[in-house]
Amino acid sequence: MTRFAAGDRVRVLALHKDGHVRIPYYIRHRTGQVTQYCGTYLNPEDLAVGHTSGPAVDLYRVAFAQTQLWPDDGIPSQDTLVIEIYDHWLAPEKDSDDAP
Amino acid sequence: MMPHDHDHGEHEALIIEDEAGNIEAKIVVDALQQVLAQKGLLTAHEVTAAIAKLESPGLHLGAQIIAKAWTDLDYKARLMSDGRAAVQELDIPVTEARIIVVENTPRVHNLITCTLCSCYPRSILGQPPSWYISKAYRARSVREPRAVLKEFGLDLSLDMKLVVHDSNADMRYLVLPEPPSDLANHTRLELEAMISRDHLIGVARDVT
Repeated sequence: MTRFAAGDRVRVLALHKDGHVRIPYYIRHRTGQVTQYCGTYLNPEDLAVGHTSGPAVDLYRVAFAQTQLWPDDGIPSQDTLVIEIYDHWLAPEKDSDDAP
Repeated sequence: MMPHDHDHGEHEALIIEDEAGNIEAKIVVDALQQVLAQKGLLTAHEVTAAIAKLESPGLHLGAQIIAKAWTDLDYKARLMSDGRAAVQELDIPVTEARIIVVENTPRVHNLITCTLCSCYPRSILGQPPSWYISKAYRARSVREPRAVLKEFGLDLSLDMKLVVHDSNADMRYLVLPEPPSDLANHTRLELEAMISRDHLIGVARDVT
């Protein structure tokens, strides 16, 4: 059972982790909608320091409105950005008002 | 010299050469290869075979996948639901964990990028173009994708939905372009010749 399913609203956390982190700054704190569950993968934060024995983590594709990501005028409201986010970087949108 | 008020690490160091013109990374790799060869752990033939393997995939494989999907709707359905398995059906050895195929329609255009490095479906398309790796493309493809597309000659209408896919983690992406309007007039080989690498990344749209 995964924590999220397609359609769920989520917020990307800002975990302040050092090292090889695959969640870019521009997407942290942003809220979006899960579009797809991708399966489990070894955490790149572990792999980067030679920890290859797991645990594997759930990975999701999450869509964000481009108008929410950037302050520019004139971004068409229907444009989106889809990015892959590991489970531990996500919180349910409704629970995460105080989240990092 | 111009004054600098920032750290030099911020500059994009694509190539670092010494005074004799040697590239720093090349010097390190050459030294490593020499040590491994002396210890009998690696031969020159193994190195050239690995290079050949890296360079053997390319656009021709991507074009086969797209032309097959245009002309075989059952195949297209399989490609959309499990890209990796469908690509492997064509005897293309995929090494990426998963291939996600995103379909252009009259109302939707897809663009692929990797903001963190240069993730690309290399086992299918080979090595990415140099602009795909540039910091300018990686930053601007998410920040102002429509302006980037315009510079590639693609002026998307404002009522088209643009979806940018940042391949930041384990998925790798291929764009399935719309087929040409005269699809039925072409053989599959002709169709393959009409497809460019730019179509599969999404910086080009119309296949004509």
